[in-house]
Amino acid sequence: MADLKLVNVEKAYGEVKVLKNINLDIKTGELIVFVGPSGCGKSTLLRMIAGLERITGGEFTIDGALMNDIPPAQRGIAMVFQSYALYPHMTVRDNMAFALKIAKKTAAEISAAVDKAARILQLTPYLDRLPKALSGGQRQRVAIGRAIVRDPKVYLFDEPLSNLDAALRVATRIEIAQLKENMPDSTMIYVTHDQVEAMTLASRIVVLAGGGIAQVGSPLELYERPENEFVAQFIGSPSMNLLAGEITGTGAITTVKLDNGGTARSTVPTTDADKGLRVNIGVRPEDLTAATADSLFTGEVEITEALGEVTLLYFKRATAEGAQLVAKLPGIHTGLRKTTVSLTALPEKVHLFANGKSLLYR
Amino acid sequence: MHPAVQALFVIVIGVGGCVGYFYFSNLFLDKVLYPARGPHAGRNINRANMIRPWLFLMPALVALGLYLAYPVFATAWLSLKGKNGDFVGLANYSQMMSEAKFWESMRNNMLWLIVVPALSTAFGLLAAQLSDRIRWGSIAKSLIFMPMAISFVGASVIWKLIYDTRPEGQAQIGLLNALWLKFDGGIGSLLLLKVLPALFLLSLVAAFAYVGWLLLRPLVTTPRREGVWVMAARALGIALILFFVFELVTWLAGLAGPLPYGTPQTWLTLPYWNSYFLMIVLVWIQTGFAMVILSAALRGVPEDTVEAAIIDGANPFQIFFQIKVPQIMSTIVVVWTTITIVVLKVFDIVLAMTNGQWETQVLANYMYDKLFRSLDWGVGSASAMVIMLLVTPILVWNVYNARKEMR
Repeated sequence: MADLKLVNVEKAYGEVKVLKNINLDIKTGELIVFVGPSGCGKSTLLRMIAGLERITGGEFTIDGALMNDIPPAQRGIAMVFQSYALYPHMTVRDNMAFALKIAKKTAAEISAAVDKAARILQLTPYLDRLPKALSGGQRQRVAIGRAIVRDPKVYLFDEPLSNLDAALRVATRIEIAQLKENMPDSTMIYVTHDQVEAMTLASRIVVLAGGGIAQVGSPLELYERPENEFVAQFIGSPSMNLLAGEITGTGAITTVKLDNGGTARSTVPTTDADKGLRVNIGVRPEDLTAATADSLFTGEVEITEALGEVTLLYFKRATAEGAQLVAKLPGIHTGLRKTTVSLTALPEKVHLFANGKSLLYR
Repeated sequence: MHPAVQALFVIVIGVGGCVGYFYFSNLFLDKVLYPARGPHAGRNINRANMIRPWLFLMPALVALGLYLAYPVFATAWLSLKGKNGDFVGLANYSQMMSEAKFWESMRNNMLWLIVVPALSTAFGLLAAQLSDRIRWGSIAKSLIFMPMAISFVGASVIWKLIYDTRPEGQAQIGLLNALWLKFDGGIGSLLLLKVLPALFLLSLVAAFAYVGWLLLRPLVTTPRREGVWVMAARALGIALILFFVFELVTWLAGLAGPLPYGTPQTWLTLPYWNSYFLMIVLVWIQTGFAMVILSAALRGVPEDTVEAAIIDGANPFQIFFQIKVPQIMSTIVVVWTTITIVVLKVFDIVLAMTNGQWETQVLANYMYDKLFRSLDWGVGSASAMVIMLLVTPILVWNVYNARKEMR
């Protein structure tokens, strides 16, 4: 049982606040993923929860107990590091047993816990090896085993897969998902910059940007109903297209006259007061379809990328500094390069942003 | 000819000779001896490439052979000859063995061998760890390192002043005596010179006993399969610790007796203790060396293993002894053995401070005594051979470890 609560948590190095106004409520059994561009403070936030970095403002509680000044070992957390951080001079067994030895557990308890963790992670044959005699994936499993033996309330993962190669990364990701499945009561916090990991593992994703939380929500919530342009463009690949325009028709269906001459219709409701409002419409590349009439956008295809299952179309920029539009069409399309294509999207797939914020959340 | 011109001449000849040697010998190998043409071109190239390293190594090998290898054999030969140059077999060795001064040197050398590397490495490690995270750490490090820049003789002169003695009633210029005379046998002296050292010694004994137990435990409790060398290292460590504990307990017993308060002491003539006073000089010098090397090694310990240990609940002592020290163990061994070699050759300090009087003789100074004061080349060479025999295994071990470290 572990409910984590962060209230107005902030982190400052001297005058510089790298994190501020962090408010989060994490329930027992959730797998929360912190995701964001590099330098957004996601690892710092994790290390503050771990107790490796001091919390300079706000309150952090686990099950209602204030944790701000509690040493890491007494917070009931375990952490898996990006670089594994195995003790190189100890065997796998000793690596996993270290925390229990420090906690003065009996030899019988220790060996029972280590054997159990080794069985879960299929490390039993390697217990007497040194870390240097293990492969990257095995080392990662030892690091996870070291967390499991402590039976913590909260597991913290700091980019645990980024040192693995692509194939192993997928396999280990699934292992972590299974691990979570087998331990429904444990709370996990997972930091990554890889949105595929975030989308597949998380029960809720926390998108961090610019020292604060951009949005918290389930993976599909973030995908379907992004709160702002940042989240809209950060989640999904290739990222969402944004087109500037002006609202001309309001109501249950909003009509936007785009600067490029096209017209967009969105199911985001607006009121009469919004008429004439400058907005950006957002459309995901995969939501664009070929248009016959009433197109969103018409342009010349500059580059195509055929991936078999989908074909990516990159359009010529309207102006040199303008954003490049991308469309993702299912199936194989050949001969579109250097041709002019008109595209449209269903109204329910069109997002509206004013000043960077979604008009859905007003 | 003006000496400066002469020197320039020598430099030009020397450097030109070296360059010329490498250039022309290489040319000779490639063009005359094994030319890369004709029917055997391929074979010739291979042969030339096999010879080339030896060609380039030749000057260094000749110089080393002449100045290092030859003297070893010459000394060995000299140690078998008598005063008149006649062959006497092992007579020099047996004469040396019968001298009390030789055994005194051996005993003192062993004492130095144990105490100085141990204390230097321990203090160096302590200084490296303590100065690691503080703002003025680098200043502290420079200060601790500074004695390394002083020659052994210079350091001896400094410490001779510290141990200096003036007759009773005069102002003491020696720091140690000046401090000593502050104690009058009252309650302060009792606390500072009896209780405090006793507590310190007791804690040291306890620490040694604990480390000894850590070394001993795997041998008695869990019969784990360990290599012969690991077992031997453990046994050696335990023997060392037994020695230290024995020494410290003797000191503790000594503390119980009355101390000569109020009279200035001639520190360097106190038998047994004076050897320690000399050792302090070398420890003072070598601590800086140990600190610099170990500090670099400590920096190399991955930060996240330390953080993982913090999360695992280890306290700073556990992190230091169970996470950091094991990871830099090979460096500690290299530092220890390097200092051991310095200690085996210790000469200047003893010569400058006591010249081996009052039971402080060491092997190197004994050798110097025999060679250049008694002009007894036979016994002098014999003692030189003893020093070499003692240094060789440690040197081999040191080189082995240093190479392992580099891999």
